Amino acid sequence: MLSRVANSMYWLNRYIERAENVARFIDANYHMTLDIPDIANAQWQPLINTTGDHELFKKLYGEATRENAIEFLVFDRNNPNSIFSCVRAARENARSVREYISSEMWEQLNTFYLMINNAAKEVSMDLPHQFFVDIMTASHAFIGITESTMNHGEGWHFGRMGRMLERADKTSRLLDVKYFILLPSVDYIGSSYDNILWGALLRSASAFEMYRKRHGRIDPKKIVDFLLLDANFPRAVHYCIVTAMISMNNITGSPRGAFTNKAEQSLGRLLSEFNFASLDEIFENGLHEYLDSTQTRINSVGAAIQRDFFRPQLVDSASDVITME
Amino acid sequence: MRFDGYDTEGFYDEVFDPEGNPRPGADLLIQRVNDLPETELQRRQKAAERALLNLGITFNVYSNEDQTEKIFPFDIVPRIVQAKEWEVIEKGLKQRIKALNCFIDDVYNDQNILKDGIVPTELVLSADGFRKPCIGLKPPGGIWCHITGTDLVRGGDGEFYVLEDNLRCPSGVSYVLENRSLMKRTFPMVFDACSVQPVTDYPSRLLEMLQGLAPQGVRMPSVVVWTPGIYNSAYFEHSFLAQQMGVPLVEGGDLLVYNGEVMMRTTKGLEKVDVIYRRIDDDFMDPKTFRADSMLGVPGLMAAYSSGNVALANAPGTGVADDKAIYAYVPEIIRYYLKEEPIINNVPTYACWRDDDRQYVLENLDKLVVKAVNESGGYGMLVGPHSTAEEQAEFAKRIKANPRTYIAQPTLALSRVPVLVDDHFEGRHVDLRPYILYGKDSIYVLPGGLTRVALKKGSLVVNSSQGGGSKDTWVLNAEGGSSPESTMQNQEGL
Repeated sequence: MLSRVANSMYWLNRYIERAENVARFIDANYHMTLDIPDIANAQWQPLINTTGDHELFKKLYGEATRENAIEFLVFDRNNPNSIFSCVRAARENARSVREYISSEMWEQLNTFYLMINNAAKEVSMDLPHQFFVDIMTASHAFIGITESTMNHGEGWHFGRMGRMLERADKTSRLLDVKYFILLPSVDYIGSSYDNILWGALLRSASAFEMYRKRHGRIDPKKIVDFLLLDANFPRAVHYCIVTAMISMNNITGSPRGAFTNKAEQSLGRLLSEFNFASLDEIFENGLHEYLDSTQTRINSVGAAIQRDFFRPQLVDSASDVITME
Repeated sequence: MRFDGYDTEGFYDEVFDPEGNPRPGADLLIQRVNDLPETELQRRQKAAERALLNLGITFNVYSNEDQTEKIFPFDIVPRIVQAKEWEVIEKGLKQRIKALNCFIDDVYNDQNILKDGIVPTELVLSADGFRKPCIGLKPPGGIWCHITGTDLVRGGDGEFYVLEDNLRCPSGVSYVLENRSLMKRTFPMVFDACSVQPVTDYPSRLLEMLQGLAPQGVRMPSVVVWTPGIYNSAYFEHSFLAQQMGVPLVEGGDLLVYNGEVMMRTTKGLEKVDVIYRRIDDDFMDPKTFRADSMLGVPGLMAAYSSGNVALANAPGTGVADDKAIYAYVPEIIRYYLKEEPIINNVPTYACWRDDDRQYVLENLDKLVVKAVNESGGYGMLVGPHSTAEEQAEFAKRIKANPRTYIAQPTLALSRVPVLVDDHFEGRHVDLRPYILYGKDSIYVLPGGLTRVALKKGSLVVNSSQGGGSKDTWVLNAEGGSSPESTMQNQEGL
């Protein structure tokens, strides 16, 4: 397939996934602050940190409040990772590969964009819970439509790989930021206050119910285990990397455990790290360090994908290098 | 919803005869619309518009930063063309395109028509669409203009005339297909009863024609559609056609010339391209041959084309034949190459570079439509009866300064159709753009085409950039029997 089209498939899915994650973060945070009014404002800055755009935010708004945090994360065009910007970018990418994806996918995404665009024109900042639910549902609908209307060929795998890498990145960031804020409250394990906070973390990853089924009681270590190392929960980092690797193998045609380029090699290494990771070791070496290095490695997988598939270099027999830009 | 108060106001109406009775074939439609409950037609119109927006069937508008996409306004009452009328149109268009193709081939090769003094040499060489690098080119099968969209109008006398030949990259066919699909959803019963000729196989025919252009010996030709990109005003159509044909849509950056062949960059390396349906102007195709500052082009493309390694549709240089100055000579061109009389006439045209004609034009600016020969899209135009004295004076000055660049035509009383305006019908002027595919073995005319409507009251300008809209065009089958299309409703998808 065309490199440009593969690139668009990959980013289109990343952007949708990003928008969904931001919507979920805000929604969970919002509800948590309603339960615990006295810490309300203190909870918005960490949320901004989760997205990694705290420097831009500081420049544009300064101190975080509920109003400006939501404005920044949902509608701000100056924030390239606001929900609005993500959905717009996803749609631009979809537009450029409109003949490649199914009409159903395009129509769903276009309707999604029109919904956000209309909401952006309304003055009221009193966004109901339903607004965020609609965004998450739109993203889920897109994934489902993609699943059932598009060939599961190369382009589809590029899309899924993009989505999985984005999701792995977001879950690890969420865990990184929230875990250390919540840690002091470990002393109050079992208090309702504590349950609310840790529950909100799980809800931010749509993991609350599945966690309950898997582990029952709220326990910070088990939460980390669940969000990081679970191989069955679809938002767990391990699960995402396993799935991304399957798509990668499908794209390159390499057998399991082998690689044909840098991108495949670095993703494979990251996967085996997760395959053989244990929670005790992770805590021994420091959770933050582990999460930080995971994010760095996911980023370098992304960079290698860009280089190897979307801008590959072609070496001529006369050893002329033609840049495929 | 009723047509009761509808007034044709003395214009030729496509649906009603001068006595106010439905024309043959239109009665079913009229009856059905009259039978609809109050506001039902408006409801369907709204539903159709919403569908267009959600599907993103839009064109791009450059001025406004946020709302860069607009739907092409769509009127829900179809235009009906009788089978008999269509037969003549079809024949006439085939004749015209054949002659124009001979003309282009001649101009870039032997130039007999110039030597014989039928068309002034100077006029051809100075035409905006004339491309020097095309001299000596021999496109596959001698065909230059594979895809044409000819603009027809019907005058007050009920006759069709050719208004313009669009031989470069005519757009609009995607709207024909989308309009049809919307109409089948909106009026399935009438559609079924009316026996309308199908348009949905256009993409298959286009693909077949394009595959036929592949260099000899290529067994599975790789065809692509080349778009300037998502910001082009016709981007929707480019992606639509690529999707319907199941071929890749490429941008200039996806292509390169490697060892004299055109390749596309894929995730697995380079892949050869055999046929390019290009929706990009000559000027931007190859910075080595045409405009050196083109950022969209593929360096070396023309060299690959000249050596026959890749086919282009349309061939470069076809614009020489749709120059508005050359237009005046088309009847002569038809007689010269085919030894036939034109079946569809030109609109009478005054060429301002001829002294007599210019004199007449300058004296009658208030009655004529004056057009700059190198402008399109309804720009650079003076509609005499709707113009002010200052505008006429301004055009007089321009004509005297550059007679070569102006032609004038009588203001036609373009035919009208009923259009839904709020809660009633009003007459609006229309034209008709049928699409013609010129393949190696045959010429195909799409039965129907794009009916463009000047939605502003009294306006004669139908271009989408100037407030135009469109309608579905129903060409009826000769004898009764149901339409083959009605049995496969909405199969083509969107």
